[in-house]
Amino acid sequence: MINKQVASVAAALEGIRDGATILSAGFGAVGAPDDLLDGLLAMGVRELVVVSNNAGSGTRGLAALIDAGLVRKVICSFPRTDDPRAFDAAYKAGRIELELVPQGIISERMRAGAAGLGGFYSPVGVGTKLVDGKEEREIDGKRYVFEKPLRGDVALLRAHRADRWGNLAYRKSARNFNPVMAMAAELTVVQTKQLVELGDIDPECVHTPGIFVDRVVVV
Amino acid sequence: MTPLSRPQMAWRAAQDIENGWCVNLGIGLPTIVSDHIPPGREIVFHSENGLLGMGPKPGPNEADPDLINAGKGLTTLITGGSFFHHADAFLMIRGGHLDLSIMGAFEVSERGDLANWTTEDPNFPPGVGGAMDLAVGAKRVRVLLEHTTKDGSPRIKVKCAYPLTAERCVSRIYTNLAVIDVTPEGLIVREIVDGLSFEELQQKTEAPLKLANDWRPLVAKPAH
Repeated sequence: MINKQVASVAAALEGIRDGATILSAGFGAVGAPDDLLDGLLAMGVRELVVVSNNAGSGTRGLAALIDAGLVRKVICSFPRTDDPRAFDAAYKAGRIELELVPQGIISERMRAGAAGLGGFYSPVGVGTKLVDGKEEREIDGKRYVFEKPLRGDVALLRAHRADRWGNLAYRKSARNFNPVMAMAAELTVVQTKQLVELGDIDPECVHTPGIFVDRVVVV
Repeated sequence: MTPLSRPQMAWRAAQDIENGWCVNLGIGLPTIVSDHIPPGREIVFHSENGLLGMGPKPGPNEADPDLINAGKGLTTLITGGSFFHHADAFLMIRGGHLDLSIMGAFEVSERGDLANWTTEDPNFPPGVGGAMDLAVGAKRVRVLLEHTTKDGSPRIKVKCAYPLTAERCVSRIYTNLAVIDVTPEGLIVREIVDGLSFEELQQKTEAPLKLANDWRPLVAKPAH
């Protein structure tokens, strides 16, 4: 029998090491795996590289990890949120590295990584300082820059519903980065409030097929 | 001379949105453009975080914490709307599937270069969000900005001083004083607020302007 459910957040995160690249889903607080991020804080793993659209808000989740000094680098499109105190303090103190990537390029770089591709040429940022140092190429008269694929050691997700095979369904705008991050990591871990029976998620409405998921924890 | 208020600027930009268009509104002032769509036009609003058919702010009993807009404020979905993931949301943006992107701007140049992502203030980490994708991907990019900075310096420049978001992407500029098109012949002024002469407008603008033969007074509702 296939059963990807694990008993606790600690079991869901077992094996994550210092220096890991963590894909952390969510757009602001919506769809963000706060219980798993709190679990990383409890584990005390250090020198993390976190890929996330934003760099944490308030005092929970990613903000708490940053505040505790466990994050070496953030790769994101828009670090500041309505309450960016943790990231702002670390940034001003020079305690954290920021790699700023346009939002659609973060998601597409992960999709390329998920799809086994070696990267892609993109028109985004051409002629701006955000693409300094990237290979530029003209294709059919239009300028593009080369973007490398982006993969994580671990993806941390939040799903609305999950089953024991790891099939996932999200809710409304909480879907955001979850599906692409699910596909782009060596280890994909999901928190959910609802574990349902196989078949309860209509096959037509499975947003992330279980092939991409390794562990599911009910929180 | 009475400059347009911010809601009036949003109203003016809304008048040019055509029936059936899919439109992305940037965070800040562009967000309220959707409040001013003329009756009878069906517009589909896109949000970068995975919505098509975004509606107005929720009423007291409609708020859903899983349903937010690009500015991370609560929103709604209209009948016919849909949800999708981030890579698809940006495929729509970059692939030319949106008819219009309206963004705010710090500066615009005479050739339509846009600067709206960083002022290089060392006290604030920069954020680019979806602006660079929108600037190169939407079929049309229009910007809303105050004509000058608070100390009166022009924001419409020969060359942007702030780092660029994208080159040659803006086609129409709405300010609190004028409506200006970016064309191969340069910046063409289509509308000017009552009581301001073309010469006075030029004094507030670094880049050279031309006045359209059929220019009109910029008159905006609502009155507030």
